[in-house]
Amino acid sequence: MATRSLGGSPPTPLGFGEEKLAAEIAGLDALEAHLESHPSRARRVWSTVWPKLAAVAIALLAWQAVVWSGWREPYQLPGPGKVLPALADLAVTGKFWKAVGITMRRAVSGYALALVIGSVLGIAVARFRLLRTAVGSLITGLQTMPSIAWFPIAILLFGLTEQAIMFVVVLGAAPSIANGLIAGVDHVPPLMLRAGRMIGAKGVGLYRHVVLPAALPTYVAGLKQGWAFAWRSLMAGELLVIVASRPSIGAQLQFARDVSAADEMMAIMIVILVIGIVVDTVFGRADVAIRRRWGLIEHGT
Amino acid sequence: MTLTAPPVTALPATTAVSLRGVSKAFGHGGNAVVALDNISLEVTRGEFVCLVGASGCGKSTSLNLIAGLDRPTVGDVAVQGRTALMFQEASLFPWLTVRDNVALPMRLGGRSKAERQRRADEILEQVHLGGQGGRRPHELSGGMRQRAALARALAQDAEILLMDEPFGALDAMTRDLLHDELERLWASTGLTILFVTHNVREAARLSDRIVLLTSLPGKVADEFPVTIHRPRRIDSPEVMGLAAMVTDRLRAEVRRHGD
Repeated sequence: MATRSLGGSPPTPLGFGEEKLAAEIAGLDALEAHLESHPSRARRVWSTVWPKLAAVAIALLAWQAVVWSGWREPYQLPGPGKVLPALADLAVTGKFWKAVGITMRRAVSGYALALVIGSVLGIAVARFRLLRTAVGSLITGLQTMPSIAWFPIAILLFGLTEQAIMFVVVLGAAPSIANGLIAGVDHVPPLMLRAGRMIGAKGVGLYRHVVLPAALPTYVAGLKQGWAFAWRSLMAGELLVIVASRPSIGAQLQFARDVSAADEMMAIMIVILVIGIVVDTVFGRADVAIRRRWGLIEHGT
Repeated sequence: MTLTAPPVTALPATTAVSLRGVSKAFGHGGNAVVALDNISLEVTRGEFVCLVGASGCGKSTSLNLIAGLDRPTVGDVAVQGRTALMFQEASLFPWLTVRDNVALPMRLGGRSKAERQRRADEILEQVHLGGQGGRRPHELSGGMRQRAALARALAQDAEILLMDEPFGALDAMTRDLLHDELERLWASTGLTILFVTHNVREAARLSDRIVLLTSLPGKVADEFPVTIHRPRRIDSPEVMGLAAMVTDRLRAEVRRHGD
């Protein structure tokens, strides 16, 4: 077995047992290799699905129990037996899907804008000490501000328009995204920075190849939280700012309330909840995938 | 490198590293801690030198000075050739595969993708990690990780390899094999190696010369040339005999601090 020269000088034969060494190293590597067992896919899926199904069943039962207890009149609090058919009726109307489409378009464009603004702001604050001193705590302050409190000024500035909703969605989501990035950059292990500098990374290269990848898990947590805030802000906005001829989930909820259709109202609430959970699951998946690649969690979880 | 290096002409071409009257203090005034006190050390090209000492002898500080990560308070540090530094903890990046970790220094150096992938695989082959390039650092054992870190250091095309207790966290069996591996690599590449360790036997096993440092402040206490025939074994009588001698000298130094 020949070894190639690294530094240019010819190999010095010292009489090593080359092949013996290679075999010993291979043997030790094999002994120390992690043994992982992968349960079958069906079993993995089932083990995550059944607790969720059980929780839904228990929630439905509890709801029905409250209805049966007669605590409120059926027109005030309909049971699942009325709400679920109302949901099915809703799901076959074109208006409902148009409303879902408009709401989702607002959510995506608002979140995308918040993503850009939050990320740029986060990088800038993480990078420049002066900026951090100036606006670091302001960002956290904005994060704790209830989005509904922004609507009076949003309506004053933009009227009952799409822009008013967008304004509040961005203000709701961007601070969380920025904070996620800032925290991620702050908590990059010093050893990583030292290793990065040692192999020749500096300035933008150090950010591109070391700091930002190292900050990714915390950034994704910020993105996830940003989504939660964006979705909440959007729902608040759609209840308050009803743009003419623009049906949305929030507007439908408000409409159902106005006509005292409690079953339809609760059906729409379920829709809002389900959309929130589905999107959150996507972020959760991304989070788990990253941590698994990094070896921060065991396989099979 | 941002060092106040003296003119290179002042050094013979055969010198890789030269510390002259180097002192390093951390902190100011009465709280200042002197890590290194008037250290002078010359390392010849292709030489394998071990720095040995108890805690607080400034071993790591010296490597940081030579790597250009820090500057001396007083004195001159001159380095002829590119340096690469390897740490005790595996500092591989968890978001990259082993191959991409090894290829990153070349990427930062602006080499083409095809070239750096090919070269990374070549280097991995050299440290007996051929075929493991697609795995992630966390999937490797401790010994494999340190070999991957060694591969990344080699990918910097450095002539001088600085190693900061690289095998300190490994079990004895793995360490023995890595000694063989490092000796073989060193012999076949002509690298200059400066190896910091607190393990005297390891130093006797590997080096051409052992430099013994005192602690607080760090000074060169003694030097031991190692002329034992290679390849060596850590449990050979010659290595153990030399290690015993160096240990006695080290203990005498440590005792001074107990008085």
